[in-house]
Amino acid sequence: MRYVGAFGRFWYDFVVGDDWRIAAGVALLVVVAAAAVAAGASATPVAVAVAVGTALLAAAGTIRSGIRLTRSAAAPASRDPR
Amino acid sequence: MPGAGHIGLVVSTFLASAVEFVEALTIVLAMGLTRGWRSALWGVGLAVAALAAITAVAGYALVQWFPKTSLQLVVGVLLLIFGLQWLQKAILRSAGLKSLHDEDQVFAEEQSAARTAAPGERYGLDWYAFVVSFKGVFLEGLEVIFIAITFGLSAGSIPLAAAAAAGAAAVVLAAGVAAHRPLAKVPENTLKFSVGLLLATYGTFWVVEGLGVFAPDGKSLEWPGGGWALPVLLVLWMATSWATVRVLRRVATRTVAVS
Repeated sequence: MRYVGAFGRFWYDFVVGDDWRIAAGVALLVVVAAAAVAAGASATPVAVAVAVGTALLAAAGTIRSGIRLTRSAAAPASRDPR
Repeated sequence: MPGAGHIGLVVSTFLASAVEFVEALTIVLAMGLTRGWRSALWGVGLAVAALAAITAVAGYALVQWFPKTSLQLVVGVLLLIFGLQWLQKAILRSAGLKSLHDEDQVFAEEQSAARTAAPGERYGLDWYAFVVSFKGVFLEGLEVIFIAITFGLSAGSIPLAAAAAAGAAAVVLAAGVAAHRPLAKVPENTLKFSVGLLLATYGTFWVVEGLGVFAPDGKSLEWPGGGWALPVLLVLWMATSWATVRVLRRVATRTVAVS
């Protein structure tokens, strides 16, 4: 059982990596696009929506991570009583 | 766009493989120079054998079990996730918010850990050097193999992808043997940025084609312009990354000014 858990953890780390939000965002986008295709949407709008949507999601996620890193780097200095 | 898939395949696989092999070389060099080459090279050999077996089994299984459209979707999703992970780190490093990967520092840390690790022998090998070398090559190589298999399958040429990966291995190995030290001067972040852009580009392309599996006829969706959508997607990812780096640099400057 321990090996099964370790095996699962290894693949989770390998595919999902440090930031689970990236994989979750891609999965969500694919589910929405798949629903649109199943409902009969044509290829061009789906392609444009997936491309632009992924780029916007990626940019927003990276900016959010960057802001978090900047704040955590600045926090100790601002709290330093000296 | 004839040949675009193959050019992208060779460039992406070569660059991604080179980056991973540089990192693996640092670990193996640290073990070989600190604890001895015999055990380190046994670790490398076993890892290469395991990776070759995985490549053969996974390549065969994917071709046999997955219909083309489903394969495009699975490959596209995974490449997109990998591409966005590589891009996010490269963007944060370019904006100065994350420290650059320093092979000299990694090498020093690995050597320090190797010197302090307790001596232990199994099967006639220095077990620490063997295990660390095996893990380093296996884990870095697994990502290379994944990229080579998925790109190879989607572009219809696994041998070409394998040749690109082997070419990168040969170049890195030759450089490592010549320098006899970690390849710290390789511009890793630039390489990772380029690979991230290519993975995201091909990932987006194949995700959309693979979404055809949900269409009533189950056939791959066609991009407007066919293969010419690839350079357009590459420009989209480059523009998005460039804009994100600029925004983050501004955020960092403002935060420093406020604090």
